[in-house]
Amino acid sequence: MVASGWIPTAYNRGGHQRAERERSLASAPGQPKPILSIRDLSATYAEQGAILPVLDRVDLDVGEGEFVALIGPSGSGKSTLLDIVAGLIEPDRGEIRLFGEIHAAERRLGRSAYMQQRDLLLPWRTAVANAALALEVKGVDRRTARDQATQRFIDLGLQGFETVYPAQLSGGMRQRVAFVRTMLGGQRLILLDEPFGSLDALTRASAQDWLLDVLSRDQRSALLVTHDVDEAILLADRVVVLSGRPGRVIHQEPVVLPRPRTRDMIASAAFVAARIRLLEQLGLVHAGAGS
Amino acid sequence: MTGRTLWRHTGRWLPPLLLLLGLAVAWQIWVEVRNTPDWYLPAPSQVIRTLWEDRSSLARNAWVTLEEVVAGLAVAIVAGVAMAIGIHASRILERAAWPLVIASQAIPVVALAPLLLIWFGHGLAPKVIMTALIAFFPITVATVDGLRSADRETLDLLRTMGASRFQRFLIVQAPGAMPAFFSGLKVAVSVAVIGAVIGEFVGSDSGLGHAIVLANASLRTDYVFACVVVLSVMAITLFGIVLLIERLAMPWRRFQVEERE
Repeated sequence: MVASGWIPTAYNRGGHQRAERERSLASAPGQPKPILSIRDLSATYAEQGAILPVLDRVDLDVGEGEFVALIGPSGSGKSTLLDIVAGLIEPDRGEIRLFGEIHAAERRLGRSAYMQQRDLLLPWRTAVANAALALEVKGVDRRTARDQATQRFIDLGLQGFETVYPAQLSGGMRQRVAFVRTMLGGQRLILLDEPFGSLDALTRASAQDWLLDVLSRDQRSALLVTHDVDEAILLADRVVVLSGRPGRVIHQEPVVLPRPRTRDMIASAAFVAARIRLLEQLGLVHAGAGS
Repeated sequence: MTGRTLWRHTGRWLPPLLLLLGLAVAWQIWVEVRNTPDWYLPAPSQVIRTLWEDRSSLARNAWVTLEEVVAGLAVAIVAGVAMAIGIHASRILERAAWPLVIASQAIPVVALAPLLLIWFGHGLAPKVIMTALIAFFPITVATVDGLRSADRETLDLLRTMGASRFQRFLIVQAPGAMPAFFSGLKVAVSVAVIGAVIGEFVGSDSGLGHAIVLANASLRTDYVFACVVVLSVMAITLFGIVLLIERLAMPWRRFQVEERE
């Protein structure tokens, strides 16, 4: 149960009001200290001499054990935001508080676990050796790291693939191995940048189901960037919508589906209502279509 | 080995072998018909006879040349990889040394052979240096390219894990440079034999290059051909050994058929 304590309305299905949802754009009200707290974040991007703003005064919180999805049109700076949190980029202004502390980009590196759209598996390492990578970087000796990774493979239904090279794995399996690698770093916050974006619809669905199952057993905070509204609702406790470039937070949608989540919830009234509201916010459905 | 892979291997080796055999037969016929003298062009059968009859002197000389080639390659590998890592790791070294490394490829290194003779005498040293000089460049250039080819995003991923520069080198760049290094090594092996023979031509008292010079002077053309055959076999064998090591060192490459988008 990742979400249980999180959003007061989480189990109050159907009873929520629009006003309640929009009470705070930054975080759900009455929560303990967030694990990630972004304030007044702005970033620019230099392209061919021109300086383009990509993020404009973004406020965003992720609570302990909370799964937040970030959606928005392309160019809204979603991936830039993750790069900033991970410590790869320093923003032009704003503050990133990770686990209660503010650090410069260089010192944020290693504090959260980052999974990108490309699996980035090293072709010369077996699946288990790839999964053990973050542990090895942290100085855990090779054997211990690989033993831990092997144990995770067994726990997460990947047994039999331990000694296989990435080139022998399907796209869906490679993403799973990359996810295990992300989890094994041990960080309490994971950043997921369209982790299933490169997969076909069926493979993606099964990877999402697998992820739901993993997350039901491993309580961790996550910030997921996706362009897939259904994926956002299915996985997240809260969906944050960014506007087009420069990205601003324009809407927050608490997802009131119970945990553990299953795919058949996509037919539920709460799912459909959330979907319509999010599509409205993205300008894909005309306002009022859901009422 | 299954029947299919066996067939694939024979399929690959058979055509060039048949062509070679055909050429030898044509050569043999040419010599028989024209009745060319042995000192001008010996028949393949004569060369084979010499290979057998002079096997002990050929083997003795081949051993000397092989020593030079292997020692030269070892020096070239150590120096080349060290240079490549230095160029990759240090901005200053890259700015200063890399253009020189590239430019020096245009220098006909064999022209330096007489100088090496003056400085290092008739022993093993000048041949090893000659071989190393020739083999150094392909190894260095290929390894630098390999180190540079590391994927930006993968390096960033390692940074988000908190990896140090040294860890990023050890985990991503060094193993990623292996295919390029082996490509360079394959070129180096082929030219290393040339280096050793040139070194021997210029001044030595043993080795196949030396033997060729002597045989030439005494019109033992069949012996010259025998030396060339031994040198060819040596070069091909060394190349094969590198291929084998490459395969053993990078077992994942076999599966990497449709890698990379």
